[in-house]
Amino acid sequence: MDAIVSFISENLLMMYILVFAIFLGIEVISKVPTVLHTPLMSGANAISGVVIIGAILLVRQAESTNYFVLILGFLGIALASINVVGGYAVTDRMLDMFKNKKKKK
Amino acid sequence: MTTSVYDFIYLISIVLFIIGLKRLSSPDTARNGNLVAAAGMGLAIVISLIYPVEGGENNYGWVAGGIVVGSVIGIGAAKKVQMTAMPEMVSLFNGLGGACALLVSLVEFYNYPEGVSLFNGQVFTTLFALFIGSISFTGSLVAYGKLQGFLRDSLTVPYPRFVNAVLLIVVIGLIIYIMQLPAADFNWALILMVVSLVYGITFVTPIGGGDMPVVISLLNSFTGIGAALAGLIYNNQVMLVGGILVGASGTILTILMCQAMNRSLFNVIIGGFSSSGATTADGREQNIKEVSLTDLAIELKYSNKVIVVPGYGLAVAQAQHSVHELEKILEEEGVDFKYAIHPVAGRMPGHMNVLLAEADVPYPKLLELEEANKELTSTDVVLVIGANDVVNPAAKDDASSPIYGMPILEVERAKSIIVLKRSMSAGYAGIQNQLFFGEKTRMLFGDAKASINKLKEEVNQA
Repeated sequence: MDAIVSFISENLLMMYILVFAIFLGIEVISKVPTVLHTPLMSGANAISGVVIIGAILLVRQAESTNYFVLILGFLGIALASINVVGGYAVTDRMLDMFKNKKKKK
Repeated sequence: MTTSVYDFIYLISIVLFIIGLKRLSSPDTARNGNLVAAAGMGLAIVISLIYPVEGGENNYGWVAGGIVVGSVIGIGAAKKVQMTAMPEMVSLFNGLGGACALLVSLVEFYNYPEGVSLFNGQVFTTLFALFIGSISFTGSLVAYGKLQGFLRDSLTVPYPRFVNAVLLIVVIGLIIYIMQLPAADFNWALILMVVSLVYGITFVTPIGGGDMPVVISLLNSFTGIGAALAGLIYNNQVMLVGGILVGASGTILTILMCQAMNRSLFNVIIGGFSSSGATTADGREQNIKEVSLTDLAIELKYSNKVIVVPGYGLAVAQAQHSVHELEKILEEEGVDFKYAIHPVAGRMPGHMNVLLAEADVPYPKLLELEEANKELTSTDVVLVIGANDVVNPAAKDDASSPIYGMPILEVERAKSIIVLKRSMSAGYAGIQNQLFFGEKTRMLFGDAKASINKLKEEVNQA
C-alpha cells in the first residue's frame, strides 16, 4: 500500500499530464471525415514510434560491454525507426494524392 | 539546470505533435500536418541524443547504427509499397513500434536494481508495457498476414473467447505473481512476454474480413499506450504525451470506423462477421444472367448517366487507372460519369478515395453515400466493380444477416445493374448477395482490370 501511495505522490505531475493528454487526443480528432481515416491512422501510427526515445536513452545509459542490453536496444531503435520514418513517408505519399486532386478542381 | 532546458525543448515537440495531429484530421491541411508531426518527432529524437544521462557510456555507434538501418528499411518499404497494400503496411509498421515498446520494457525489467521491493508502480508499469507491446506486435503481424493473404482469413483458434479469457487471467496472475517476488526474476518476465505474445495472436485471429481495419486501428492505439507507459518508466513527457495522443485518438478513430459500419467495437472483437457462418438464404436454384462486352459497351455509350461502385475487387485488380480511362472515353460521348463511394469501400475506410486519387479521378466526381443513393434513382447503368457487401440489400431487409443495419449503396434503384466479379464466391462478410440474382442485374465475370480494358476497346469501336 505504501508503495502505491509513494508512486502516486512521486508521479502526480505525470498523471495530470496523462489525463489531460487523453482528453486532448479525443478532442483533436473527434470530427475527422471518413476520407481521412486511412492517412490519419497511418500518421498517428508514425507518432506512436515515439517509443524510439526510450530505446535511445536505454542504449545511451548502458555500459559499453553490456551486449545483451546493447543488442536489444539496437533492435528496438531499428524497429522503431522503421515505424517512424516509414510511417511518415507512407502517410506523405497518400496525402500527396489528395493534393493533386485538389489542383485539378 | 541544463536538463530543464532540454525538457523545455521536448515541450516544443509535444506542441508540434498536437498541431500535426489536429491538421491531419482535415483534408486541406493534412499533408502539412503530417510534416509538422514529423518535425516534432525529429526534434524529440535529436534531444534524446544529447540529453544528459547518468552513468552511461552513450554508445552512439549503436544508436546511430539502429537509426540508419531502420530509416533505410523504412524509406525503402514506404517507397515501394503499392497504394492497394497500404493497410498491411500500416499494420506492419505498427507491429514494429509495439516490438520496440516490448524490448524497452523487457530491458528495463532486466536492469531493475537488486534488493529493492518489486511491489511498486514502476514495476507494474514496466510489466504492463511489456504486455501491451507484445499484443501489439504479434497482433499486428497476424493482421498483416491476413491482409497480405498468407494467413487464411478463416484461420482461428478453437473456442477463441474461452482461450482469450484464460490467457488474460494468466497474464494478470503473472503480473501479480512477479510483483510479489522477493527479487526481480528475469525468467518470469520472459514467461509473461511469451504468454502475451500468444495472446496477441489469439486476440486477432478470430477477427477477419471487413473488420480488419478496425483491429489495426485498435492495435495502433495499443502501441500508443505502450509508448506512453514506457514514457512513465523514463519519466519522459514526450513519450507519455505522444503515446497517449495516439492511444486516445486511435481509440476514437476505432469507434468512428465501427460507426461507419454500424457495428459495435465489442461486436468486432468477438468476431461477429466470421463466426456467424451465414450462407445462402435458401437452397433454391437461382439464375444469373451474364452480359456480353459488346452489348454492355453499346449500352454504356448511349446512356445518359453511369455510376461506378468501386470495391475491394477494383483495389486488388489495380483497375482504378483503367476505370478512369473508361470515364474519359464515355465523357467524350456525353455520358455523365460518376463514382459512388461507400465509407468502407476498399480495404479500410477512406482507402478507395486514396486509390481513385492515385488515378487522378477528379474530386467532384466522387459521391458520398447519401448523395449517391439520391443520384442512383436517375442512373441508367451502374457498374459494381468488385464490391459485394456494400451493395447487399440484405443489410436492409434481412434481419438475420450479419450485416443487417449497415448503410448500403442502393444500386437496385438504377435502371440496369452490371456486376463485375471474378466468380460467384461470396464477399468479405462471407454472405451471398441476392442482388446478383435480381431482374435488372447482369454479371460480367473476370479480372476487373482486364474486363474494363476490353470494355474500353469495345466502346471505342461501337
